[in-house]
Amino acid sequence: MTSSIFFGWATIAYILAMILYIGYLAFRSKGVGLAATGVTIAGFVSQTAALLLRWKEFAEIGNMGILRGIPLTNLYESLIFFVWCLILAYLVIEFKYKTRSFGAFITPVAALVLAFIDISGMSKNIQPLVPALQSNWLLAHVMMSFISYSMFAVSFSTGLMYLIATTEDRKEPAYIFWTVMLSVFVVVLSAMGLDYLTFKMSVKGQEELIKSYLFKASFRSDSPATAGASYAVAAAFTFVVWRFGGLLRKVITGFNISAEILDEITYKSIAMGFPIFTLGGLIFGAIWADQAWGKYWTWDPKETWSLITWFFYAFYLHGRLMRGWRGKKVAMVAVLGFIAVIFTYLGVNLLLSGLHSYGSE
Amino acid sequence: MENKKKPVPNKSLTDRIWALFASVKLAVVIFTLIAMTSIVGTIVEQNADPEKNIKILAKFFGDSAAVPVYNILNKLGFMDMYHSWWFVAFLLAFAANLIICSIDRLPRIWKLVKEPIHPLSADLLEKTSIRRSLPVKAKPAQAKELVRSAMKQIGFTPQEAAGGEAGDRGDQLFAEKGNYSRLGVYITHLSILVILAGAIIGLFFGFNGFLNLPEGETSSVAYKDQGKEIPLGFELRCDNFEVSYYGESDMPKAYKSWLSVYENGKKVMEKAIVVNDPLTYKGITFYQSSFGMVPNTTGKGTIILKIKAPGGQSQDIQAKVGDSFVIPGTSVQGQITDFSPALSLDASGKPFTYDTQLKNPAVFIKFSGPGMNASGWILKRFPQTWALSDGSRVEFLDYWGVEYTGLQVRKDPGVGIVYLGCIAMAIGLFMSFFMSHRRIWVAVSEDKGGSKITIGASAHRNRAAFENRVDKLVALIGGSPKGGNQ
Ligand code: HEM
Repeated sequence: MTSSIFFGWATIAYILAMILYIGYLAFRSKGVGLAATGVTIAGFVSQTAALLLRWKEFAEIGNMGILRGIPLTNLYESLIFFVWCLILAYLVIEFKYKTRSFGAFITPVAALVLAFIDISGMSKNIQPLVPALQSNWLLAHVMMSFISYSMFAVSFSTGLMYLIATTEDRKEPAYIFWTVMLSVFVVVLSAMGLDYLTFKMSVKGQEELIKSYLFKASFRSDSPATAGASYAVAAAFTFVVWRFGGLLRKVITGFNISAEILDEITYKSIAMGFPIFTLGGLIFGAIWADQAWGKYWTWDPKETWSLITWFFYAFYLHGRLMRGWRGKKVAMVAVLGFIAVIFTYLGVNLLLSGLHSYGSE
Repeated sequence: MENKKKPVPNKSLTDRIWALFASVKLAVVIFTLIAMTSIVGTIVEQNADPEKNIKILAKFFGDSAAVPVYNILNKLGFMDMYHSWWFVAFLLAFAANLIICSIDRLPRIWKLVKEPIHPLSADLLEKTSIRRSLPVKAKPAQAKELVRSAMKQIGFTPQEAAGGEAGDRGDQLFAEKGNYSRLGVYITHLSILVILAGAIIGLFFGFNGFLNLPEGETSSVAYKDQGKEIPLGFELRCDNFEVSYYGESDMPKAYKSWLSVYENGKKVMEKAIVVNDPLTYKGITFYQSSFGMVPNTTGKGTIILKIKAPGGQSQDIQAKVGDSFVIPGTSVQGQITDFSPALSLDASGKPFTYDTQLKNPAVFIKFSGPGMNASGWILKRFPQTWALSDGSRVEFLDYWGVEYTGLQVRKDPGVGIVYLGCIAMAIGLFMSFFMSHRRIWVAVSEDKGGSKITIGASAHRNRAAFENRVDKLVALIGGSPKGGNQ
C-alpha cells in the first residue's frame, strides 16, 4: 500500500506545521510563517496523492466502480478525509484573509485527529463494503457530513480566538469558558501524545483497543499516582492558562486580525456548514436509512446526536438575532457546537453503541 | 431582529402569549430543551430491559443509587422519552413557535419581496449601506448609457426615473435582484412543519412490522414487534434467497431475495430485492433486513443440481440427501450421501462443518459406473469442484428451502410528505444562505461639464460579496470611486 507512505509524510508535515504556526504566533517571524505555509501545502499535496491512491486501491479490491470505491467507509478513512477538508478550508482562509495566525489554532485540530488515529491503532486495512453500506446515498452522506464538520472545526477555532481576543476580566464567564476549553483541548492533545509515545510499540490492535488504551498513560493509568498526578497537572495547567490568558489575547490582537473578522469567519463557516450538514448529514442520512432499513428516523444515538448538533448550530444562528447574544455568547455556542460534533462522530461510536457504528453492521 | 418592546402593562394575556410564541428567545429555549433531554435519551437505552439501563445508570451513579434513579427516570418517561407526553409537548411548542413566528413576520417580509423598487431621494441614497461616487467626462445622457450597459454587465437590468424633487442628483437608474431570497428563511421554517406533519401521518396511518419468510412459502400477513398480525391485503412469496460473498471469504457482499406478489392466486409482481433496493406494492414496502435458518430443517433442504454429460446433454435435478441420479446419456450413477452447510478443511486436510448457517454448502456424492468410481465434496461456492474426471459436470446450484429471508415491512403514507419537506428545506436553506436581495441605485447628474455618478446599494445578507460587485460596476463605468459604507 503506497498510499500509507504519503499519509505518513502528510502526518509529519501537519505536526511540523502546527509547531511552525505556533512559533510564528510567538515570534512573528515572516520566515517561520512562510515555512509554515509551505509545509502545510506540502502536507496537503501529499495527502491528496494518498487519498487518490487509496481510492484507486479500494475501487480495485472491492471491484465496484469508482463511485462506490471512494475510501470513506470506516472511522480511519473518514477522519483522514476530515483532516483533508479542514486543511483545504484553512488554506482558503489563509489566502483569502491574508493572515497566518489561524494556523496555530487549526493545525492542532488536524494534528489531534492524526495522533488519535495513530494511537488508537484503528484498522487501516481496506475492507470491502458490507451490504448496508453499498449505497450512493452513503457516499454523499459521509462526504457532505465531513465537509460540514471541517467547516464547524474552523468556526470552533475562530470562535475560540474571538473569545480570547474579546475578554479581559478573569472573572468573566466567557473568559473562564475559553480558558477551560483551551486547556481541555491542550491537555487532551498532550495526553494522547503521551499515549502515543508509551504505547505505540505495543498496540497493533483493533478499534476496541481505543477503549482500553486511550489516556492509559495519564488519566486512566493503572497506577493511582500517575492518574492523580495527571489530574493535578491538568488542573495546574488550566490555572496557568486562566492566570496568564491575557498574554494570549495580546498575541492574537497583536496581529492585524480584528474581533470582527473572527466573528465573520465564525459565522461564514457555520453559514456554509449548516446547510451542508442539514442536507448531507441529516437528510441524506435519513434517505439512506429509509432505503436500507425502511425507517428514515429511528432516534438511535447517532441520529439523535446529529440532531443535537443541528440544534446547537440552529441556536447559534438564531442567537445572533437576539439582543445581547451577538458576540461572546454566540461564540461560546459555536465552540460548544463543535464539541457536539466530536461527540456525534467519536463519542457515539466509542461510548454509546449505535445502529450504524461503522464496519460492525 | 428581535423586537425588544417591553410588554406594555395593559397588554392582554393573549397578546403576551402571542409575543412569547413569536419570539426567537422561545425558539432557542426549545432548541436547548430538546437537545438536552435528547442527550439523556442517547445514554439510557430506549425501550430496553430495565436491567440493562440499571447497569448503565450504575456506571454513573453507583450500584446503590442506580435503581432509585432508574425509577425516577422511568416515572418521568425517559425510558421511552421520544414518545413521552413532555417530549411531544416540546415538539408541539416548537411547531407553534414556528407557525406564530412566521405569521407574525411574514406580512412585513412579503411587502419587501413584492414591493417594486422605487427611486431613492437624495438623503435616502446617502443612507444605503454601500455607497460610491465618481466623476466621468461624458455628458449625462452618454454617461447614463454607460451606466446602463455597465449595470447589465454585472447582471442588473435597470429601470429609469427622471430626477427626483431634489433635482440635484439628476436621473436615476435602479434595479433589484433576488427579492424572493428573503423568503428562504420562511421556506426553511415551513419545511420543518411539513416534515413534522409527514411524520405524524406516518405514525397514525402507517405501520412498521417484520416478516420472516422461508424459501418457498407464502404469507398474507406481517407481524408487529409484539407478534400482532397485520394483514397485507395480498400474498407475498419468497421464491429464493441467496447470500453472495466477497471472493472466497465469508464476508457477505449481498443478500438477495426473489419475491413474488400474488393477488387472488395470480402473480402480479416479482422482484429480486437487495439491502438498498426494496420492493413496494400497494404502499407497502419490503426491505431486505436479515436472514436465517428455519429451525429443525438441517439436512432437509432440496439440493438443486445441474448435470452436464460430456456429450453436452444437461439436466436439472432436485434431490435430497440419500437420493441417486444418472448422468444423462451415460450409465454413470451418482448418489448424494452427505451434506454440510459450511464445509472447511482442518489442519490435517480433513473436512468439517464450521457453521450452522449456509456459509459454504457442500454435498458429498459417490459416483459409480463403467470407468467411473469416484467420490468427493462438491461445493456451491467453488465451481472448480464441479468438474468430474470423465468430462461431465455436476453444478451445485442451490440448497433450497431451509433459509428464511428477514423482511422489514413498512407502510408509511407520510414518507412522501417528509421527502417533500426535505426538498423544501434544502431549497430554503440554499436561498437563505447563498442568495440575497440586492438593490442598487445609480444617480447621474451634470457636474463641471461632465457628469457625477452616485451609487447606493444594499444587500440583505452577504454584503461584502455585493460590495465587490459594486466595485466592478465602478471599474466598468471607469473611474476610481470615492465612497463609504456603513
Ligand atoms: C430547528 C429549527 C429551525 C431551523 C433549522 C431554522 C433555520 C433558520 C435559518 C437557517 C435562518 C437564517 C439564519 C441566518 O440568516 O443566519 C433562520 C432565521 C430565523 N429563524 Fe429560524 N429556524 C428554526 C426554528 C425557528 C423557530 C422555532 C423560530 C421561531 C421564532 C425561528 C425564527 C427565526 C427568525 C425570526 C429568523 C430571522 C428571519 C430573518 O432574518 O428575516 N426559527 N432560521
